[in-house]
Amino acid sequence: MIETLSNADQASRTSPRLLPAVRMLWRDKFALAAAIFLLVAAGCAIFGHTFLSDAASSQNLRGRNSPPFSVEQGWLFILGADALGRPLLARIIVAARNTLMIAGGAVLCSMAVGAALGLVAGYTSKFVSQVIMRLADVIMSFPSLLLAVIVLYMLPPSVTNLVIVLAITRIPVYLRTTRAEVLEIRERMFVQAAKVMGASHLRIIFRHILPIVAPTLLTIATLDFAFVMLAESSLSFLGIGIQPPDITWGLMVSQGRPYLSTAWWLAFWPGLAIILTTLSLNLLSNWMRVALDPVQRWRLEGTSQNNSAETAND
Amino acid sequence: MTDHLLEVRDLSVRFHTAAGAVDAVKNVSWHLDRGETLAILGESGSGKSVSASAIMNLIDCPPGEVWKGEIIFEGRDLLKITAEEHRQLNGKRIAMIFQDPLSHLNPVYRVGWQIIETMTAHGRPAPAARQRALELIARVGIPDPEHAMTKFPHEFSGGQRQRLMIAMALMLKPDILIADEPTTALDVTIQAEVLALLRELQAETGMGLLLITHDLGVVAETADRVVVMNAGQVVETGTARQVYHNPQHPYTRKLIAAAPGKGEMRVGGSSRPPLLEARSVSKTYGDVPALKEANFTLHAGQTLAIVGESGSGKSTLARTILQLETPTGGEALWKGEDLFKMGRKQLFSLRRQMQMVFQDPTQSLNPRMSVFELISEAWAIHKDLVPKSQWRDRVADLLMQVGLHADHAQRYPHQFSGGQRQRIAIARALALEPELIVCDEAVSALDVSIQAQVIELLNRLRTELGIAFLFIAHDLPVVRDFADDVIVMQNGRIVEIGTARQIFNNPQQPYTRRLLAAGLEPDPDIQAARRKA
Repeated sequence: MIETLSNADQASRTSPRLLPAVRMLWRDKFALAAAIFLLVAAGCAIFGHTFLSDAASSQNLRGRNSPPFSVEQGWLFILGADALGRPLLARIIVAARNTLMIAGGAVLCSMAVGAALGLVAGYTSKFVSQVIMRLADVIMSFPSLLLAVIVLYMLPPSVTNLVIVLAITRIPVYLRTTRAEVLEIRERMFVQAAKVMGASHLRIIFRHILPIVAPTLLTIATLDFAFVMLAESSLSFLGIGIQPPDITWGLMVSQGRPYLSTAWWLAFWPGLAIILTTLSLNLLSNWMRVALDPVQRWRLEGTSQNNSAETAND
Repeated sequence: MTDHLLEVRDLSVRFHTAAGAVDAVKNVSWHLDRGETLAILGESGSGKSVSASAIMNLIDCPPGEVWKGEIIFEGRDLLKITAEEHRQLNGKRIAMIFQDPLSHLNPVYRVGWQIIETMTAHGRPAPAARQRALELIARVGIPDPEHAMTKFPHEFSGGQRQRLMIAMALMLKPDILIADEPTTALDVTIQAEVLALLRELQAETGMGLLLITHDLGVVAETADRVVVMNAGQVVETGTARQVYHNPQHPYTRKLIAAAPGKGEMRVGGSSRPPLLEARSVSKTYGDVPALKEANFTLHAGQTLAIVGESGSGKSTLARTILQLETPTGGEALWKGEDLFKMGRKQLFSLRRQMQMVFQDPTQSLNPRMSVFELISEAWAIHKDLVPKSQWRDRVADLLMQVGLHADHAQRYPHQFSGGQRQRIAIARALALEPELIVCDEAVSALDVSIQAQVIELLNRLRTELGIAFLFIAHDLPVVRDFADDVIVMQNGRIVEIGTARQIFNNPQQPYTRRLLAAGLEPDPDIQAARRKA
């Protein structure tokens, strides 16, 4: 048992840091598939616009709502065409950029701000904590869609504004979770031990508390990703989000909704893209939670290390 | 058939884990007679609780698997009967009490209801059950039974909760009572009372008592016969006296030798300059005083033990001096300067001179940091101490110093056993080259043999490095072996200070005497003599 372990140690020491991560990814096939899908999606977001923006916006009224799985009009029509005869595949690829930018931006912003405020609220004095928590309550008690409508009515609808609005409405989720966890973790023994060593507050927060909170935040973030995508689509549906001819997956879903009974593919394919992205993020975050936790990591390293068996050799 | 009340034959239990099958117990055999107390003695991981769980059908299958053996009770094999038949036996004929009564009493129901439920669940009429509950609550020594029945579990103290658990177990007059570490979570004085109660009740009812423990003292106090277990196997069986005075198996010998409280006591008093002087240090939480006017002096290189029961304020005293709690009064002079009045900068530079080792190393080591990161963090905080290029060598040195290997540095805390983890915690404390180490129950969570090793390590560090220790413990034998001087605390107040010899040989205060008398000796003869006295 110990031999295998120290061998693994040596292996990880000699090879560059990235390699073990790839090997751990290889062992979890679901996470691997998820990672590949996300890479493809990211590729679409980066390059799609350059190659397909013309195809995605060229109307073809004779091909309105043409059904999927036929390549008579070219491979771009493999997923069918929308109400104006534009190829769905091209539109999904082009829409990836706006969708991922808005959802990713909003999730990252709300997570960063929420976690930071949560750490402050959990770690500092009761007064500061109360102020921050009541602010969070205000945001939570105000219907987020209404807030977004008001803000976007005043500001011009743009990607940046949309990101800001969506981020603000999601902050309380991260804030409350972080604060609750920090309140518990700060009383743990190893935080006390760090205090005895003379560790500064920043060190305690970033070295001892944040790494423990991070997996929870990451999991919430992946779930939130889907929520934000749908919230964006409802804003776009109301006409205060993304404006056509710009497109997002959420907007495509809501545009396809009137045709659900006659041409299901209009809403189905972009919906599938949303689901797959969320699912992939979820699988990947699940993998990351295990890979980043030294106690669990052995599950991905392949050495069948038993935690309890080692206690015998004291 | 046999005439034993309960007999376990060749019991083998296996757990199927992610890493393959683990044999928890192998070919374990023992028996229990009517009116007898059998103790199963073993350290953590020895499989001592597994056979009791098998009797009560508490082993989860899977992952557990009872693949061999039989448990005979009244001519029936308990491993072969159905779950329904088990329910008929459990609680009624065979009852069990656990280590932590708080987690085994439901916090949302009144205790009276819970105790009565044991009987009504087995189909007895409620009025009779209520009558019996009242009798038993009075019998186990809870004042005002009528009123006690209407209270919730959190309204009782730890010792009272254990008494209630005993009352609950005895409701249906079981033939066998299984007690799994019944007093481990209790203070010495309470432990003595609970054990005495168990003994009396056994004499009254004639039930068989199966006691699972790691404590030689508990065995000496209660057991007629002992089964010693190690690594899932029975290594020795015999009467308590036999096993203690004439152990056959090397493991038993090691276990008995490791029991603290037999060595030469150290000469207390020190002529070296005082390191730390506490002057009327006080701490109140809200209106509750936790620490009242504590005064003591700790000299360089001296080992000062603080003993007392839980809630006596011994941890609060240490934590207040280390500034983990803000004091409400008094002063603590570190080499003549008041710690409580110091600015943050000054305090920071003094931090490294006093370090702390906590009770539970599982919790005091950050699970996400490797051993190297854990130990070198001290130098990342105090930057002038060790240059970064030497960190690796210095960590290796420290690991060797506490009896670990240099290549352990890349591992994570969960890959070590409890004793090894405490060594890592000690290495981390040593990294700052402190002059004082505060040990807050640093060896209490460890098994006896591991405890002896860690004490030996601390002892070596004391002689080699001249470090002073503030040693907080509730375990008197350990203190007796290790300390120069002893402080006895009760209800937040220091009741007696003296050298170890004075305190242990000639205690002045009645509380100290009571504390010493309640401690259990590992020798059954001494314990029996004490009971008579």
